Amino acid sequence: MSGRQTVARHQTDLLQTDSHGLACKAGGFWVDPWRPVEHAVVTHAHADHARPGSARYLAAEASVPMLRRRLGDDAVIEGVPWGEPVQLGDALVSFHPAGHIRGSAQVRIEVDGVVWVVSGDYKRDADPTCETFEVVPCDVFVTEATFGLPIYRWPPTDEVAADVLDWWLDCRAHDRAAVLFCYALGKAQRLLAELHRQVARRTDLPTGFEPRVFVHGALVALTDLYRAEGVAMLDTVPVADTDQGTSFAGALVLAPPSAGGSTWMRRFGRAATGFASGWMRVRGMRRRRSVDRGFILSDHADWPGLLRTIEETGARRVLTTHGQSAVLARYLREAHGLEATPLESRARPNALDADDGA
Amino acid sequence: MRRFAALFARVDATTKTNAKVEAMASYFEDALAQDAGTVGDRAADAAWALFLLSGNRFKRLLAPSRLRVWAAEETGLPEWLFRESYAAVGDLAETTALLLAERGAHEPTDPRDPVDSDTPLHVWIEQRLLPLRGVDEDEARLRVVGWWRSLPADQVFLLAKILTGGLRVGVSQGLTVRALAQATGIDRAVLAHRLMGHWEPSAEAFHALCDPEERGEHLSRPYPFFLASPLDGEPSALGPVDDWLAEWKWDGIRGQLLRRGGAVYLWSRGEELVTERFPEVAEAALALPDGTALDGEVLAWRDGAPLPFALLQKRIGRKKPGAKSLRDAPVAFLAYDLLEEGGDDLRERPLVERRARLEALLAPTLLDTSPRLDAASWEALAGLRREARARGVEGLMLKRRDAPYRVGRRRGDWWKWKLDPLTVDAVMIYAQAGHGRRASLFTDYTFGVWRGDELVPIAKAYSGLDDAEIRRLDHWIRRNTRERFGPVRSVEPVHVFELGFENIRRSTRHKSGLAVRFPRILRWREDLTPRDADTLDDVVALLETHESETQGESNPVRADGARRESPPRAPSGDRVFSES
Repeated sequence: MSGRQTVARHQTDLLQTDSHGLACKAGGFWVDPWRPVEHAVVTHAHADHARPGSARYLAAEASVPMLRRRLGDDAVIEGVPWGEPVQLGDALVSFHPAGHIRGSAQVRIEVDGVVWVVSGDYKRDADPTCETFEVVPCDVFVTEATFGLPIYRWPPTDEVAADVLDWWLDCRAHDRAAVLFCYALGKAQRLLAELHRQVARRTDLPTGFEPRVFVHGALVALTDLYRAEGVAMLDTVPVADTDQGTSFAGALVLAPPSAGGSTWMRRFGRAATGFASGWMRVRGMRRRRSVDRGFILSDHADWPGLLRTIEETGARRVLTTHGQSAVLARYLREAHGLEATPLESRARPNALDADDGA
Repeated sequence: MRRFAALFARVDATTKTNAKVEAMASYFEDALAQDAGTVGDRAADAAWALFLLSGNRFKRLLAPSRLRVWAAEETGLPEWLFRESYAAVGDLAETTALLLAERGAHEPTDPRDPVDSDTPLHVWIEQRLLPLRGVDEDEARLRVVGWWRSLPADQVFLLAKILTGGLRVGVSQGLTVRALAQATGIDRAVLAHRLMGHWEPSAEAFHALCDPEERGEHLSRPYPFFLASPLDGEPSALGPVDDWLAEWKWDGIRGQLLRRGGAVYLWSRGEELVTERFPEVAEAALALPDGTALDGEVLAWRDGAPLPFALLQKRIGRKKPGAKSLRDAPVAFLAYDLLEEGGDDLRERPLVERRARLEALLAPTLLDTSPRLDAASWEALAGLRREARARGVEGLMLKRRDAPYRVGRRRGDWWKWKLDPLTVDAVMIYAQAGHGRRASLFTDYTFGVWRGDELVPIAKAYSGLDDAEIRRLDHWIRRNTRERFGPVRSVEPVHVFELGFENIRRSTRHKSGLAVRFPRILRWREDLTPRDADTLDDVVALLETHESETQGESNPVRADGARRESPPRAPSGDRVFSES
């Protein structure tokens, strides 16, 4: 990394990147560490944030069921209610909704009256499956920048969900299965909840239309968790529970991106394929995925969402991580006069090809 | 443009070829039905839709760099941010549309020419886009920006696509013809033939194209070219050598030479009429009997041997060559197929018969046939192929003796067996994200060779790795970036790749002093360390070997095929290039 890429290190920084991740020396913990540590503070249950092997985990209470599933039954996980401060060493730590997936949190850290907030992944769009993002005023805001380019603007979720339903109905009219790829945790459940709303609202549904959705095995347990928490979603049937030779003509199937092109797909015959992700804003990405339809639905903040959030926190200093961190930091410096630098973070695999997030 | 935008959306919303064809066919059917008995908007729109979807583009309408600057200014974003966005999207038209889409209220700007999204495609093209060629930059900018302000995002995108180049929607001319055949019931070959040459889109032209009656096709019209496919494996897999006819693969311009109705027409493979550019060919063709169509190659040629392609290039650029360029770069037409004789279409006849008739026909004229290479075995042919570079040709063509002359690129009967490339082992030093489906994925690499302790850029290459290798490199590049220069990243010089080229030439425009032709990645040499890569001196030596082989500008085809052997690759691997 060049000089421009690295963190401007302040002696007094509450958080600093080390070999294990984002470390808070004053509190003796790491936020979303890359490697096992003594005490991990975790923003949410996606695999690139919640890694197994640490001795103890602290997280928002609402995310514990998902974390439990990710980290295993033996992991020591302590859940904290929203907004309730916990003293860790010299630091006061609290969790605040990030709106990314159910239970996803921003971490507020206060030492000697200086407040840092680590956003984790977040979005500002309404999502019936999770808590609404809360603006937390701070001095230093560590923000994600996955979609930190002005090309990324999300259309209204209602419109996208209506498009998905129309596509399903169109495939149904042509006796074909509609296989929609989406991330297994968060996106899949959000789609099921949004479709539930759409179906309830529609008055023109064809007769005999059964609003239930087939799901890949990777989605089953996570969807059950959401349902147990009282999230209203369309009924789901695990593909694995269907009899051999079941026809999927006219059915909607949700599957993780990794299922694309696998032998598992064969049972759906000449299915139409779609992908629900913020990456679908770019045509080349959809073409690379070789899917018929791209639906722009993201669990991350778009460009206006990032700028608005940064402004609302009132932070004078901003550290950017993930995705377009260098671009966003430069824009904040030049256009907003903020002290902004990219924060060194472990590169994620190319986000379109990963199975989590986005 | 609304109907065309809807068609584009349908074609773009599926990866299935049949569904694309279906969408186009129903669009064409609709246009014909709506326009039955009249010559109206729908047929004119369909004509332009066919033109655009077939991959045609308007040349010199607007420089993409202008569009980029205007779009950046119109969005109000700093130029670097526009560039970063472009790097992530990989398509200028789409970047423009994405960035302009959300600026809010659409406003018509010019009351004399109200723009709305219902304006038919042909009006857009004929009355707005094509006239851009005649106006100065300020005026062009005023108009284009005005259109952007009044159109919805999907049409901003299409407009920018048309202004900057092709549509690229996974559709080829072959598919549009298939759709048109489906819509009209007319044979595909007939449609393809009618579309050859200067097909000017208009309502009349579209109706004529879709006319079920054959009406004496225009005399100047060439046949669709039959294209060869590259041979990957060993030629012995093609069966007995006796089934095949071999010729040199010439490094010239493919062309069709027609003698009809008392006139001569020379068509390039790009379907451009180039008769006037090559008056010596046109003159020689006057000796042909009427009703003749030859397929062959235009070559810079002197004393029975080809001259370098660079000389031919000078001729391509001249619409009417003067005495000097006729003298400095004389050209010849080497025929290798006879498609029409005495006005009869011979394309269904077997190649051997066409070939025999061709040779008999040309014997009394000044036109030459490309010689047949007779060989008793594949080994003997392989021996001839090894002489290709010394002879100034690209390799061999293998054509099945009993095959008809087909349309387009159909695998099986015509193969090009090209030379093995020159190779160099070089280190990756820069990476950049690709375009289109490779947007935001690091796929465009710059490679360097050693000059002392420095790596000097020698080539940029985009192709040759498989998807898994590209993903692995992409991930590595993200973790091993040294510096960023906008969208370009310098990376740790660690990975060595074997690159292949068709040719190397000296160049004052490149830092290395060398320019390579058609560079591509042959393989990722994970067995080599950066220090094992070639030096600039090695590459210069390769060039010199090559230069002495081709003896500079004039290169007679020597009967004995004598050539200097290039140094063999030593087992130790310290000889770093080979021509094997």
